[in-house]
Parts: sequence; structure tokens; C-alpha cells
Amino acid sequence: MVEFALPANSKINKNGKKYPAPAGASKTKTFRVYRWNPDDGQNPREDVYEVDMDNCGPMVLDALIKIKNEIDPSLTFRRSCREGVCGSCAMNIDGTNTLACTKYCADVAEGDEVKIYPLPHMPVVKDLVPDLNHVYAQYTSIEPWLKSTTAAPERERLQTPEDREKLDGLWECILCFCCSTSCPSYWWNGDRYLGPAILLQAYRWIADSRDEETGSRLDNLEDPFRLYRCHTIMNCTKTCPKGLNPAKAIAEIKKLMVERKV
Amino acid sequence: MTRGNRPLSPHLQVYRPQLTSSLSILFRIMGVATSVGSLVLIWWLVAAASGAEYFEMVQSFLGSWFGRLMLFGWTLALVYHLCNGVRHLYWDAGKGMDLPSVHASGKAVVVVSLLLTLGLWVLAYSVGGA
Repeated sequence: MVEFALPANSKINKNGKKYPAPAGASKTKTFRVYRWNPDDGQNPREDVYEVDMDNCGPMVLDALIKIKNEIDPSLTFRRSCREGVCGSCAMNIDGTNTLACTKYCADVAEGDEVKIYPLPHMPVVKDLVPDLNHVYAQYTSIEPWLKSTTAAPERERLQTPEDREKLDGLWECILCFCCSTSCPSYWWNGDRYLGPAILLQAYRWIADSRDEETGSRLDNLEDPFRLYRCHTIMNCTKTCPKGLNPAKAIAEIKKLMVERKV
Repeated sequence: MTRGNRPLSPHLQVYRPQLTSSLSILFRIMGVATSVGSLVLIWWLVAAASGAEYFEMVQSFLGSWFGRLMLFGWTLALVYHLCNGVRHLYWDAGKGMDLPSVHASGKAVVVVSLLLTLGLWVLAYSVGGA
């Protein structure tokens, strides 16, 4: 359902705290960060941190870690690899979804606040941590593993270099869900629409020459909501921090749906 | 999706407007406007069928500056919806979906829609007079 406004318990309070820069800091940057604590019964708020950039790494994740270590240990966020391969630190930074570890603080214009929110239109567990249970359940629903009916060969299932190339641009997806949570259609219909991340993954198995269940995979997707809530808005491709093209993968699925009928 | 007592993270409130999504919502708005415009066309036809007096009234309304402004808006809506529809046809064929092409075709659709609409109105005035 399309609901433009936030529910009553999700509206952002104006009572955020402000943490000024330490005295003597010559080069500072201001970070406005979404906060929500499940234990205090309050609405979400935005805290503002002034960070001494002369003593901080270049990435937004560096700044978040510095804030947590030196200013406010209660700040909560996910992070792991710090090099764009794990997808944990996906969040909304400066108005678009990306990975905090690969986003430069300097990419946000000088003098502007670096605004940081959790991935959009998701239930919040705490601060910048979204609840991913639903997207993971959707991922399970596409059965993301190689399925075959023929007997297993003695060694690996082989693939020509050309067939292997068809998986390029698909296998690199790290399931950070920047794309799905940038998609207005997923915002309004995420309960039933699978969203770009899951559909790109679905296509990754459909496109795999070793998989023998293409037909049943397409059957599973042939649904007004699961696949066809994609209206080619293209926010997914615009925001993907890995430079992949989920919209194109979805278009390929739609093409196969037509091709198998004619 | 059950959230329990968990808040919903902000979405439209914080997401920076993108060329991609802006042209997409414009596509839908122009589609609705085109539908409304077609109702006006039906109104005009019904007026023509129901007699000279009523037709004259409708004609003078549509010929007023306000009527012309609306007709111009509907022309623009129809032309934009047509041009962006062609863009979607290409996408449905899996073509032109890389980001540079998407941005280029998006800007092209806006410019071409404006030019075509202006062209149509120049043509209309030069054929039909003021």
C-alpha cells in the first residue's frame, strides 16, 4: 500500500543531541545520524556529531567508527569487511543508498551535513540497523542454489567460457539491499514484490547454463506482484554500490516470460 | 510486513529525487492527465452531437485562455507519455538499460516532448488561425 507519510511511531523527533567538535579541531565535518533506541519508548531522533576530520579516515564508515569509539559508544550500525564485499554497512547516505565503507566523506559537498539514515522503508532494529528478515525470506523463496534433475557427473558440472560470461554482472551482487530499498515500488509493495536484489539473484540462477530448473523458476516468478511490480523506475541501477544492473536482469526475466509463450 | 513496535525508516522523506524516479512518476502523472484529457475530447464530441447552442458554449470555453492552457497541458501530457512509452518499449526489449543510456534517453524524452508539443501548437495555429 502506498503510504507517503511515516507512521506515528516512526516520525522523527526534533530533540536530537548535538556533539560539538573538540576544541582546536581545524577541519571538521558534521554528521547528522538517525537514532532509535528500542528500550526508551521514544520516537526516532537525529543526533548531530561534529567530527575532527584531521584525525579520521576518508570513508563515511571511518567517521561512524570514530564517533562510536570516541564520542558516543551507543551508536549502533553493522559493519564487517570495510572494503565493499560484505554488504553489511549499507545505509542511506546523503540521500542515496550505498555502502558506508566505499563512500568518501569528501563526496558530500563541503559545508553540507553528511546525513545518514538506515536503508529506507524498513523496520528498524536499532539506529542504523534495519530488520532484514523479510528480504532474507524472499531470498529463500527463489531457492538460490543449483538445481538439476540429471545424475551428477563424476567431476564438476562444466560450463563453456561463453556460458560462464552470462553470470558476469550477477555473481558480484553482495545482497546489501541498497537497490531494493531505493525502489519506490518495493517501498509500497515490498510485502509481495520481491524487489530488484532478489530478482537479480533469481536471474543469476535462471541464466546459469548448469541449472536445469529454469522452467519452474520462471513459474515461481510469473505473478503480478513477485515480478511485475517492477515498473522499470531504474533507481536500483542508479544506486547499486557495485555498479550492477538489477533493472536489466529483471528485464531479461520479463523477456524470457514472453519468449517461452510464443 | 509486521514491524512490531519497530519504527519504519524514512523513505520519501530522505531519498534524494533521482532523474530515474522523477521521470517515472512524471510518466504516471502524465498518463492520468492524458486520461482526463480524453474525457474532455468526449465532452466536446457529445457537445457537437447535442446541438449548436451547447457546442458553441463548449467551443468558447475551450477557446478561452484557460481552455487553451489546459489543452496545451494535455498535449504535453500526451506527447510525453507517448515518447516515454517508446523508451519503455526499448527497455522491454532489454535495450538501452545501462545508466548512461538511461540518463541520456530520459533527458532526450523531456526535450523532444517540449519541442513536439510546441511544434504541434505552432502547426495548429498556422493551420487553424487564432
